[in-house]
Amino acid sequence: MADITAGVVVFPGSNCDHDTENALASFPGLRPVMLWHNDHDLQDADLIILPGGFSYGDYLRAGAIARFSPIMKEVIEFARKGYPVLGICNGFQVLLESGLLEGALSRNRDKKFICSGTSIRVENASTIFTSRYARHEVLSIPIAHGEGNYFAPPEVIGRLEEQNRIVFRYCDPQGMVTPESNPNGSVGNIAGIVNREGNVLGLMPHPERASELLLGSDDGRRLFESVFEYIVGRA
Amino acid sequence: MPYNAKIKVTLRQSILDVQGKAVEHALKNLGYTTVDSARIGKYIEVGINETSLGEAERICNEICQKLLSNPVMENYTFELEQVN
Repeated sequence: MADITAGVVVFPGSNCDHDTENALASFPGLRPVMLWHNDHDLQDADLIILPGGFSYGDYLRAGAIARFSPIMKEVIEFARKGYPVLGICNGFQVLLESGLLEGALSRNRDKKFICSGTSIRVENASTIFTSRYARHEVLSIPIAHGEGNYFAPPEVIGRLEEQNRIVFRYCDPQGMVTPESNPNGSVGNIAGIVNREGNVLGLMPHPERASELLLGSDDGRRLFESVFEYIVGRA
Repeated sequence: MPYNAKIKVTLRQSILDVQGKAVEHALKNLGYTTVDSARIGKYIEVGINETSLGEAERICNEICQKLLSNPVMENYTFELEQVN
């Protein structure tokens, strides 16, 4: 594989930044660089990842303050130019707050912070982040969040459905999307969405925590492989 | 003279307020049988060093829309008072 630089943004309060770095470093030819939130330099990254955690202590709303971190100006420009941006958990919250993705995440339906394994179903396997999966494949990828209850007005949900932009839904281990398999109350069991252009993905589950079998699952690996393949193909 | 903005941010009615629900249940458990709802929001005070009321209002609306509330799921109201 050709050399790829993946930038991981570190906000004060990020706590999955090193897990993400570790997962990235396990791919040959992949160079992770850590990008401090207060900088303005993306260090020639081919891909930007906003990691999980509690940026700014989740003060005000999850992601609300991080969205105005200095580096987000460059991240938003990078995304608008069509380069790949991936937001995981808190990173998804930051992407929604920044307007790069539509909707919002509120408190989990059952009030609890949930840290557990989940099954998600691949709804769209033709994005640059999911090309290595099959449509309707069931993945085992953990979640860990208190505010993952995805909400958007009906017209936005309709648009997401119509444009095939819902990428992952929570499901049972057999792949059935049911109310019981919805961990947090998200509209339509939505676990991850892409923007209209398809270069920005946000998801609540943590693929970096499912990147080697020692962790219980390596189903998250192909998400990274898909986007690396896209970057190499584009070069 | 500067202004003090007293800002209230509340979840839209269509959004499930899980904190409010928990408080509502607790109040009912305490025997307040006539309590039938509780909603929790945020109260924020912001000092604005502006002499014009119109300008203070404009800034207040802007910061509420930009940062203090998320229009997808929240509403906001504010009152401005002059401070000496």
